[in-house]
Amino acid sequence: MSTTAIERTVERPPAPPRGWPRERIIGVALMGLWIAFGLGLVFYLVLAWNPELVDRYAGNYLRGLGVTLSLVTISVIAGAVLSIPVAYGRMSKNPILSAVAYGYVYFFRGTPLLAQTYLVYYGLGSFRPELQAVGLWWFFREAWYCAIFAFALNTAAYQAEILRGAIESIPRGQWEGAEALGLSKLQTLRKIVLPQALIVALRPYGNEIILMIKGSAIVAIITVYDLMGETRRAYSRSFDFQTYIWAALLYLAIVEALRHAIEWIERRLTRHLTHLHH
Amino acid sequence: MANVLTLLGFGPEGWGGAILWGVVVTVSLALATLPLGLFIGFFVAVAKQSREPSLRMAGNIYTTIFRGLPELLTLFLVFYGAQIGIQTVLRLFDPEAVVEINSFIAGMIALGAVFSAYASETFLSAFRAIPRGQYEGGYAIGLTSGQTMRLVVLPQLIRIALPGLGNLWMALLKDTALVSVVGLADILRQTGVAARVTKHAFLFFGAAALLYLVLAMLSSLVIKAIEDRARRGEAR
Repeated sequence: MSTTAIERTVERPPAPPRGWPRERIIGVALMGLWIAFGLGLVFYLVLAWNPELVDRYAGNYLRGLGVTLSLVTISVIAGAVLSIPVAYGRMSKNPILSAVAYGYVYFFRGTPLLAQTYLVYYGLGSFRPELQAVGLWWFFREAWYCAIFAFALNTAAYQAEILRGAIESIPRGQWEGAEALGLSKLQTLRKIVLPQALIVALRPYGNEIILMIKGSAIVAIITVYDLMGETRRAYSRSFDFQTYIWAALLYLAIVEALRHAIEWIERRLTRHLTHLHH
Repeated sequence: MANVLTLLGFGPEGWGGAILWGVVVTVSLALATLPLGLFIGFFVAVAKQSREPSLRMAGNIYTTIFRGLPELLTLFLVFYGAQIGIQTVLRLFDPEAVVEINSFIAGMIALGAVFSAYASETFLSAFRAIPRGQYEGGYAIGLTSGQTMRLVVLPQLIRIALPGLGNLWMALLKDTALVSVVGLADILRQTGVAARVTKHAFLFFGAAALLYLVLAMLSSLVIKAIEDRARRGEAR
């Protein structure tokens, strides 16, 4: 009899649960916690609503948001331009060129963005006479320019790796086929390889922009009044914790909007590849 | 040059000792955060691959929040939020109470939350790489679902997730620098103090960057060794 009992338990995987299995109880309990947290947050914000505070700081927050977005836009574009020679160096067969590019990427990906920003903003101040002599001091004196400089160098390292990975993901046959058709290397890159590579790179590029938006919050520490900087200023004047909550909601809104936009663009651009997505 | 060596050295004029202590603090914070992040991350991943929609949704909300917030803001929310929260409660009993949150603990909680949100995604994709047949095989030889998870799925899961987790460790190591902002005496804080006192900012922040690089290199050696060890059972 015992053998049939074992057979009955092992002959098939557990049936899909009905009623209130443990998973469902935990899931509903956790969702209950999240809903309670959300309601608590709304309740807190309603209770803490202070027209004077909103009046004084809402404009600053929007200005800070603008600073954050322009900082990220400028650095990502400058970084994209800079990433092209770096990616070229990484893929180059010249050992010196490739070592230099590797060192660049390793340094900027291996150290904290905050340390890099300090190194530019405070560190280059050590070379003030030299910078004044070459007429660059006006640039490195300003926290805003220093932040853009550090961020652009940093994102260039990450973007170079994205670009390289995407180009190397295109099979050799594509290059060979184009060569057989008599296309030059540059034509092949521009017309055959990049259009395919950029689709591969789209999601990593999107993630990099999101990482930059989040990472850009550290400029507040070197006295740039971005969204985080305005938040810190509002908190240090009002000692009202809701200042941080509003910043969190704003950051979450931007990041989520961006994430969905990237997913939408990816779906649009890969319409012709749908058979690849099962 | 002699000047540089004196400044970075361990003599009475040197900052070597203080900076070395900063390295110890940075490494301990990262090491203390790792198990917390892995533990939470694993269970969030289990929730997100569950058949139960409410459990999946609860896990996804967690990931959305802690991957979407800037790490620095998460840290401030924990640091000031916990301070204000605990103080408010304590003031019910003692109106004079002043609470100072330990920046190490605040850093551990904030970075642990961020790490676990990313780790849950790594674990989730590792879960998806394990074929259903592995679970079915486990049930077929009479293991319970808990045993199947522990004895059959988990060993493979860890092996698949290791490279991703290695990257997350590197990110964690760099994110610890943020905790210097709320006063933790880590590498960046100690070198920053030295830079302000001696006015040799480039020297000390350069040294800080190099120390982070050394930590990254040592980490990649250790991660490589762990990956090799995890793969020792695989056919070559």
